[in-house]
Amino acid sequence: MIRLEKRPQPSRAFSLATPVLAVIATMFFGGLLFMALGKEPLLAIKTIFWEPLFGEFSFFYRPQLMIKGAPLVLIAIGLSLGFKAGIWNIGAEGQYIMGALFGAGVGLAFYPAEGHYIFPLMVLAGAFGGWVWAMIPALLKVKFGTNEILVSLMLVYVAEQFLASMSLGLLKNPEGFGFPGSRNLQQYESAFNADLIEGSGMHWGVVAAMIAVIFAYVLLSKHRLGFAIRVTGEAPRAAKFSGVNPTRLVLFCLGTSGLLAGLAGMFEVSGPAGQVTIDFNVGYGFTAIIVAFLGRLHPIGILLAGLLMALTYIGGDIAQSQLGLPAAAIQVFQGMLLFFLLALDMFTNYRLRFGRTEVA
Amino acid sequence: MDLSAINPVLFVAGFLVAATPLIFAAIGELVVEKSGTLNLGVEGMMITGAICGFATAVETGSPILGFAAAALGGALLSLLFAFLTQITLANQVASGLALTLFGLGLSALLGQSYVGIKPPRLNDINFGPLADIPVIGPILLTHDIILYLGIALVAATWAVLKFTRAGLILRAVGESHDAAHALGYKVVRIRTLAIMFGGACAGIGGAYISLIRVPQWTEGMTAGVGWIALALVVFASWKPWRLLLGAYLFGGITQLQLNLQGAGVAIPVEYLAMSPYLITIIVLVILSRDKSAAPACLGRTFHASS
Repeated sequence: MIRLEKRPQPSRAFSLATPVLAVIATMFFGGLLFMALGKEPLLAIKTIFWEPLFGEFSFFYRPQLMIKGAPLVLIAIGLSLGFKAGIWNIGAEGQYIMGALFGAGVGLAFYPAEGHYIFPLMVLAGAFGGWVWAMIPALLKVKFGTNEILVSLMLVYVAEQFLASMSLGLLKNPEGFGFPGSRNLQQYESAFNADLIEGSGMHWGVVAAMIAVIFAYVLLSKHRLGFAIRVTGEAPRAAKFSGVNPTRLVLFCLGTSGLLAGLAGMFEVSGPAGQVTIDFNVGYGFTAIIVAFLGRLHPIGILLAGLLMALTYIGGDIAQSQLGLPAAAIQVFQGMLLFFLLALDMFTNYRLRFGRTEVA
Repeated sequence: MDLSAINPVLFVAGFLVAATPLIFAAIGELVVEKSGTLNLGVEGMMITGAICGFATAVETGSPILGFAAAALGGALLSLLFAFLTQITLANQVASGLALTLFGLGLSALLGQSYVGIKPPRLNDINFGPLADIPVIGPILLTHDIILYLGIALVAATWAVLKFTRAGLILRAVGESHDAAHALGYKVVRIRTLAIMFGGACAGIGGAYISLIRVPQWTEGMTAGVGWIALALVVFASWKPWRLLLGAYLFGGITQLQLNLQGAGVAIPVEYLAMSPYLITIIVLVILSRDKSAAPACLGRTFHASS
């Protein structure tokens, strides 16, 4: 007879070991999945995790790690603040889209003027777009008690339709021969979020992600608001007695996560993606949920988890072109990771006890 | 714009079809939530059901077998959620999200070779001369068996929850798992069964989209219906008949915006396509003031510590 016994304190060792164990378990079961798809499992795992870092073309893939990791980290940092306090923003994908649309919209409004003021304005607009989109579920939650999970998620579908309408209408490139999609911001110098050091993948989004990590770290460990977030998540009643204002907390957590997701979208559209298109968003907003949990909702953890998840994206692309591994297999792989993480997390809070249960 | 192009009889018949996936997914989730568990993985279970049903129907040529496979697929996937939340006591919100992300990936993987195929048709039930009754015949009596099964399922769920001992136990577990446990009911077992029922229903709902409503397979084709089903349960205050009403309301809106798109209304297609999601939000706002109907243990982890 095995039973679970709640630990008086969550185990620190298991808290750190869980993500590592989850990655190992995912590699194992992912390997089985790849085998079922008729691929060499070890080769596939090696292609995903080794090739981008140390393979023949790693000089090309390493910068990609920054490019793919930055939006994931930026979004996940924001989400983690809310998740810690039990405020669930799962519509980051929508906020990401709105940030990109606002940012690109401001940039395109200035076209073809050149000036140093344009890019900072785009950054502000992007942050504002994401923030506004997240304030909808936030305000509805504090005013009417509406469930923020459902509202933020519904707004993803609304944002996707809005994106389609924009890339076919208002923001469409007038010189684009009728193709959907905006002008390419990479060819518009004042609006282009270029690499800060040529070929390094270090664009302004990476800098923003770094700042967000430091900001979140300081907030959570040193600031009163960070304390309010942690105590609300761990003991809601204690939070009430210690004078935490839940309304402000909801507005802050959802607002910040929206703002960061908007920034991520803006940096993406003005840099690596270049233009607003119908399918510009690739699901970073949802993958960031996995990143936040894999990083144990801790800023440093999220940084590492973001890089790891970026690795699976890049490695997945390589495995797709070299081994013909379907793109969806990587999606399954990422989903598996979250499963193992959640399941193994049991050991952080509970201890396994073997032996017969006694009747008192 | 030509609104007269919308045939009212076909419109009503169409929205009964549009509402059916929602009815299945939402009634399943209602039972799950009544047992005190919040499963946010409805979208993932629906899309998995959609591809399991589609693939089976195409391979065997039998849509009914397809629906059976969809129910099985949805229930199997929901077992993962049951394992996470009932055995390893993981957070229910996170586990539900994991289920949706995983289900979307899994369905895309399973469905690769089924894109662009037409599934076998499920014939409408033959009501004989009754179907020739004007208006009522074409609206109510020209559908497949699954649609009627959905309505029957709502009635059955209502009756079981209200009049039977099993329903009482299920509600007791949802209202106070500690009390139910003290009375000797197996909380984890009951909740696991409820979760599997929810998974099977969501699977059938998904297959209804891929086999009857659309009918073909495309990645991510459920497009948020699973999430609307979750909202619908709140809308219905956990009451089966109100859920049916709500599903018809949403089905009506979906069908109306599709018809308006077809009729060439001056509103751009994208804004019409937004409407079901926006209306879901508005309805949630109006109805979320009253939370008293929610099962008291909804979303809380049960651990028999004593």
